[in-house]
Amino acid sequence: MTVSDLKQPHSNSVKPTINWARIEEADDFAKTVKLYRQGKYDDDSFRRYRLQHGAYGTRMTSDYAMVRIKLPAGEIYPHQLEKIAQLSEQFSIGSAHFSTRENIQLHWVILEDVSEIFRGLAEVGLTSREACGNSVRNVMCSPLSGVCPGEEFDATPYALATAKFFLRNPMAQSLPRKFKFNFTCCEKHGMVRMVDVGLIPQTKEINGTRQKGFKIFLGGGLGNRSFVGHQLEEFTPEEDLIYTSIAVLRIFDRLGDRKNLARNRMRYLVNDMGWDAFQNLVFKERALVRATQSVVTQLDVDCTPSEIRKPIRVTDESGNPNPDGYARWLKTNTEKQKQPGYRSAFITLEAGDITANQLSALGEIVGDYSSEGKARVGFNQNIALRYVSEYDLPRLYSRLLEVGLAKSGSLTMTAPIGCSGTTSCNLALTNSHRLAKEIQRKFLELRLDEDDDLRDSTIKISGCPNSCGQHGIATIGFFGGGGRVGKEMYPNYQMLLGGRSDGETMLGLTCTRIPAKRVIPAILKIIELFKKHKKPNDTLKEWIHRIVNEKEDSEIKSILDLRKIMDQFAIPPTKEDEPDFYSDYGSDTSYHTKTGKGECAA
Amino acid sequence: MRSLSQEKTIKTTTDIDSLRSEIRDKSVRVIDVRREEDYKQNHIPTAVNLPLANLLSDDSPERVLKIFNSLGIDDETRVVVYDDTFGALASRVAWTLEYIGHSDVSLLETTYSRWKSLGLESETVSPEVQSKQHSLHLKSEILATSDYLEQSKEKKDVVLIDNRERLNYLEQHIPGAISLPYRTLAKNDKILRPKEDMKRLLDNRGISGDSEIITYCGSVGTLSGLAYYALKSVGLPNVKLYVRSFKEWKNLKKPLEKQEDANYWDLSAE
Repeated sequence: MTVSDLKQPHSNSVKPTINWARIEEADDFAKTVKLYRQGKYDDDSFRRYRLQHGAYGTRMTSDYAMVRIKLPAGEIYPHQLEKIAQLSEQFSIGSAHFSTRENIQLHWVILEDVSEIFRGLAEVGLTSREACGNSVRNVMCSPLSGVCPGEEFDATPYALATAKFFLRNPMAQSLPRKFKFNFTCCEKHGMVRMVDVGLIPQTKEINGTRQKGFKIFLGGGLGNRSFVGHQLEEFTPEEDLIYTSIAVLRIFDRLGDRKNLARNRMRYLVNDMGWDAFQNLVFKERALVRATQSVVTQLDVDCTPSEIRKPIRVTDESGNPNPDGYARWLKTNTEKQKQPGYRSAFITLEAGDITANQLSALGEIVGDYSSEGKARVGFNQNIALRYVSEYDLPRLYSRLLEVGLAKSGSLTMTAPIGCSGTTSCNLALTNSHRLAKEIQRKFLELRLDEDDDLRDSTIKISGCPNSCGQHGIATIGFFGGGGRVGKEMYPNYQMLLGGRSDGETMLGLTCTRIPAKRVIPAILKIIELFKKHKKPNDTLKEWIHRIVNEKEDSEIKSILDLRKIMDQFAIPPTKEDEPDFYSDYGSDTSYHTKTGKGECAA
Repeated sequence: MRSLSQEKTIKTTTDIDSLRSEIRDKSVRVIDVRREEDYKQNHIPTAVNLPLANLLSDDSPERVLKIFNSLGIDDETRVVVYDDTFGALASRVAWTLEYIGHSDVSLLETTYSRWKSLGLESETVSPEVQSKQHSLHLKSEILATSDYLEQSKEKKDVVLIDNRERLNYLEQHIPGAISLPYRTLAKNDKILRPKEDMKRLLDNRGISGDSEIITYCGSVGTLSGLAYYALKSVGLPNVKLYVRSFKEWKNLKKPLEKQEDANYWDLSAE
């Protein structure tokens, strides 16, 4: 049995400089839940309030909530990991979940206990405030910002400052819909063209000096309908960052659709208005904001670099060679930093899930091995330790091995994304979460993580057409639905191909429907076809890119050609022949679709 | 005299300093409920060993009375129990002692590991114990049986608390039970939360002194035993332990409740 709660906190660990919490919000939440249970608060107002504080509804019940803990810029410190481990054992299911937007989620929390979680989070300076609801959601930043060889400068301080500026800011408390900022390091690491505001650091020579600034993309986003963002202007100087952000938010607040819940994200406004008109409006509004904001309105950008402590340099005196699996892990889980002698090591999780014990161990490991003394949560339901001295990597690997966190493949196609699906979400039609785990287990068994041709491809799965699993930007993406044979139903997925989120961002094209229990053989078939037709130095990602853009010259020239081959997987067997086909992963009963009210729109 | 001893039992845990001075004064019988081999390696000075498994092999009142007699405990003996399993095993032993009518028993506020990590004294010898005679006055108001649980269904103001982990609760539980995982009861290096903390938690859940409260866990009443003491620690007057817990309930094929239509197990990383 675990005794994480009886452990002593790690000494001399690095402490965060920003406190995101306000303890009084815990008391207020507890009071409000009581009033709600006494019938003194109507359902709609309560839901708004609950979401504003970061507690989401749970599948088929009003007794439980999911608490979404924001990690602005993805930063998390050892004592915070330890605290979340404790909270998950006390109030959740003993596991926590890393999301795609740098949040950590605690699921199946009793509504009456949510305030206790807030209290615990406040002890370590974290909040879930505005993690849900119609507000500025967690401000993301690339986990490699500050260490990426391809970046112009570190965007982290700007992401933190933006998060600080908008958190609890009255201008962002009642937007037409949620609003998301993504900062990144470089084009390659992407994720800036499929979000309301995406930012890439840029520098420009102005009057003989290097000026910092950003390339800003507006109006992108994934969802029931997805759009790719537009670049606002060639270069936005850093002092204009806040004015641009406020201007865009004000336009959205004023003109966003507050009636039609299905199309009230800013991307619909941009699409309806047309980019040129929207762009003009942003310029005008920005001039207005710049002229009228008081001098005290500015971003609090703290560019003090993190202290890089001397690496611990554990020398292995056993004389043993590197542990089994080390070379594979090194290749598929670590990236060289721009700082010589250091690597960033990514931890492979299964669809973002981690046990309380592992979280707690990770807290210690981060303290011991990351020379910056903190960790960065990534874009792909994962977490990275940066500034790991290359000498320490074998020892780090051994430590991770001891706690079951040394699986390979984190930076490859074998680490698929799966949203929470029917494990907790009201809208889900399929168990996308489990499917992602099944694919990962199978593909690691087949050692596909070691295949360089597949490395930069991605698999992303959502349990419904809404894009929490980001299927639209996957090389091979899936979203769930129900298939039917007569009266029988089976879990089914729509497969999309060729999505990407880098400099050539595009949304995946629909290929065909693949039943849940055929998804793995279908992906393996695609890999087989690729291997047959690939060119020298080709990758699966590039091959599919050529096919969806009709630039491939082998016998599979278009997505239609591919569909013809893949359609074989769509044929349902009879229930007598294969009863398992008619139940979803994680369930032994016959599949049926069942959904509740979505809360994204609340 | 009666009210005085009742007040005493409300103090569910004993802090480290008080126990050390009681040991020095030879005014306490300390029970170590860990396994015999662990006890033999070292233990808190003067402690006697009662491995929980030994007690559980037959926990009929007559037998446990004999056991406690042999450990030198009579009606007036002050007893403190400890374990190394966040207080759950100690709670089960303390509860049993209470059940046969002993009033002066409390739990050490922390675990033996913690005691050791603080560098406090320990010893390896087992003390000489003179057998004593304890009376038998069963305190049936702290015991719940499956029959009792079934009857309680009809009563208002009975709160049934499931102390197993959340996933186990979601999968199956006794109808009407609420979930309070045993992990919720501790705080940092203490086996129980501070009183104010625990009060607030229960208050949020709407659990108050007016209710009759019954706790249960997976099989033998350890985790729920700890919950029993957590509830007592904040002064709730009417708490019972369903000592045979979910294992018996299930074996008796009594009705069960579950959370439907969600694959929550697949969210778990294990």
